[in-house]
Amino acid sequence: MLTIATGNKAVADAVKDARPAVVAAYPITPQTEIVEQIANYVASGELGSRYIPVESEHSAMAACIGASATGVRAFTATSSHGLVYMCEMLHWAVGARLPIVMANANRALGPGWNIWAEHTDSLSMRDTGWLQVYVGSVQEAYDATLMAFRIAEHTNVLLPVMVNLDGFALTHITQPLETVDPGDFIPPMELPHAIDITNPVGYGTLTPPGEYYKFRWDIERSMRSAAEVIEETQAEFGKRFGRRYGATEEYRCEDAEVIVVAMGTLGKEMEIAVDTLRSEGVKVGSMRIRWFRPFPDLDLEGREVVVIDRDYSFGFGGIVAHAISSKYDVSIYSVIAGLGGQEVTYDDIAGFVRDRRPGEEFWFGVDA
Amino acid sequence: MADIPKEEFIFKTTSACAGCSSSLCLRHILKAAGPDSVLVVPACCTSVIQGIYPNTAFNIPVYNVAFAAAAAVASGMSTAFRATGRKTNVICYAGDGGTVDIGIQALSGALERGTDFLYICYDNEAYSNTGMQRSGGTPLGAATTTTPGGKSEGKKDLDLIVEAHNPPYMATACSAYPLDLYKKVKKALSIEGPKFIHILAPCPPGWRFPAGKTVEMGKLAVRTGMWILYEREHGELTISGASKNAMRKPLPIEEYIGKQGRFKNIDQRSIAILEQQVAHNIARITREAEGIC
Repeated sequence: MLTIATGNKAVADAVKDARPAVVAAYPITPQTEIVEQIANYVASGELGSRYIPVESEHSAMAACIGASATGVRAFTATSSHGLVYMCEMLHWAVGARLPIVMANANRALGPGWNIWAEHTDSLSMRDTGWLQVYVGSVQEAYDATLMAFRIAEHTNVLLPVMVNLDGFALTHITQPLETVDPGDFIPPMELPHAIDITNPVGYGTLTPPGEYYKFRWDIERSMRSAAEVIEETQAEFGKRFGRRYGATEEYRCEDAEVIVVAMGTLGKEMEIAVDTLRSEGVKVGSMRIRWFRPFPDLDLEGREVVVIDRDYSFGFGGIVAHAISSKYDVSIYSVIAGLGGQEVTYDDIAGFVRDRRPGEEFWFGVDA
Repeated sequence: MADIPKEEFIFKTTSACAGCSSSLCLRHILKAAGPDSVLVVPACCTSVIQGIYPNTAFNIPVYNVAFAAAAAVASGMSTAFRATGRKTNVICYAGDGGTVDIGIQALSGALERGTDFLYICYDNEAYSNTGMQRSGGTPLGAATTTTPGGKSEGKKDLDLIVEAHNPPYMATACSAYPLDLYKKVKKALSIEGPKFIHILAPCPPGWRFPAGKTVEMGKLAVRTGMWILYEREHGELTISGASKNAMRKPLPIEEYIGKQGRFKNIDQRSIAILEQQVAHNIARITREAEGIC
C-alpha cells in the first residue's frame, strides 16, 4: 500500500506487518512515536501483540529477553540514553542468542541535553554483538525493520538486530512509503533453545574459562554467517517487493578517484554533493554504509576516502573512519560533522571533498 | 508434612554452603510449584548453587539473568507464555541485594503492571554471594565486610514497599518453617497477578553461626518477633501460626542476635532500637490483623 509516513511511523508499520508476540515499550524522544503508534495498533486490534509498558529501557530489553526466551518474536524501540541505559541487557540478549529486533532513533548523549541526531549512541554499542543497520529514508526504515526479523531469526544468525534511524532527520520527516504484505517472507520464529518445560535446562549458568570462550566464538561464527544471510535476505526482498539493498549504497563510484563515506541521512545528502562535484569535474562517488555490524567489505582500494563521522571516540577519532582505516590501506580525510544535530548541507559536504587533506582530521565548525 | 510431594527438583549436587537455608527453601518452593514452572534467577547465591555448566543440580528450567533484571525478564516471559496459551509458573528467586537494592525498580514496575508471576526474595540480609557486603536488607548493628563496625542504618522495609503496590497476594516466610512456606507458595500460585513472598534465610557463614544451627536461628527470629510470619491476600492480613504464638510473648531479642557473630559488637543503643522496632512491628501487624488500622 502506498502512503506517506514519518520514519517512526514506517518502523511501527513494519512491526505491525512482522507481528511480534510481545512489544516492550518505554518512551524517549525522538523514538516515542514508534511505541505510541504500536500502542494504537494494539489497541485497535490491528496488531495482536501483547504490549508491556515497562518502567525503564533496562527493563524493556529485559522483558524482550524474557519473551524471546520462550520462543516468540519480540520488539522494542529506544534512543540515546535509553540505549546506553540498556547496555547491560544488550550484551545479555546476544549471549542468550535471542533474535530480538530493536529500532534505535540515533540521538546525541547528554549533558547538555540534546535530542538531535548523532550516531555515538549506537556506535558505542558496536561491540555488544548486535547486528547494526543504518537507514537513510522512510522507505528504507520500513524495509530494513521488516528484513531485520528474518535476518535475526535465521538459524545461522540467532542474534539481535538494531535498526538505526537518525533522530528527527529521519524519525520526524515525511516521505512516501510503500508497505507490503510480507506473507511467508518472515517465516514463523523457531528458536532451537526456547524454554521447554519438558526438557529442563539451565540457561546462562556459571560457565568456566574452559567453556566460556566457545560461546563467544559461536557468536562470532554467527556474525560471520550473518553477512551471507543479510545478502540473501536483501536479494529475496528485492525479488519479492522490487526494492534492492546492499551492505552499502554506492552512488557514481565506478570510476571515482575520491569516495565520500557516511551513514544515515547524511549518506543520502552526499549524493547531491557528488552531482555538484561531478559537474565541477571532480571524479567523486559516495558510499553510504548501511550495515556496520557485521562490517561489510568495501571497494575502496586505490582511492582517496573522505569519511564523515556523525560520532566520535574521544582520544581516538571518528569511529567509521577508524573502522575503515583498520581494514583498508587507504588515505582518509576524517570529517567530524553533524554532532548533536549540527546542520550539514550537501554544499558543506562538497566543501569537505574540495578541501580534503588526506591523513588529517577536520572538525566541522571548529577547525578553519 | 504428608502432602508435600516426594518429587525432587533440586538434586543433592548443589554447591550450596553447609547449612544453606535458601536452597532448603527452594527445594520446598519447587515441590509446591511443580514441573510446569520456570525459575528466573538474577545474580545471587542461587546463581552458583545450581552448579557449573554443562551441569545443573536443578531439574527445572532456570533462566539466569543480570542482577537488576529478574522481575522485568519475568514480565516478558510471563506475557509471552500467556500470549501463547501457556500457564507455566514464572517464579523469580532473588536475594535481598537483587531485590531491595539493584532490582527494586524492575520489581516495582512488574508489580505495578499486574504481571502474572511470583517473586520470591530470599533474604539473607547481605550480599552473601560476593562475600557478605552490606545491603539495604542488612539490619542495624550487623557487621558485614563493608560495615566492619556494624551497620549504622536500619533494614529497609521491603514488605511495606511491596504492600504499597497492592498485590493480590503477599506473604512472609522463614526457612525454619518449610510447611508454612510450601502452603504459601501453593496459595500464591493459585492466584492470578503479581505475587510476592519474602523469606528470611539465615546464612551460617554470613551471620557467623554454626552450620547446624540454621533451623534454630530461623525459629529464634520468629520467636523473638524479629521476623513475623503472615500473609496478605487481597488486602486481608492473616498472621501465621508460629508468629501468632510468638507475638503474644516474644523471647528477648538477645536470644537471637546473641547467637550470631555479626552482632558481636552491637551497642546497647542499637539493641534498644531493634527492640523498639520489634514492638512496633508486632503492634502494627496485630492492629492490621484485628482490622483496627
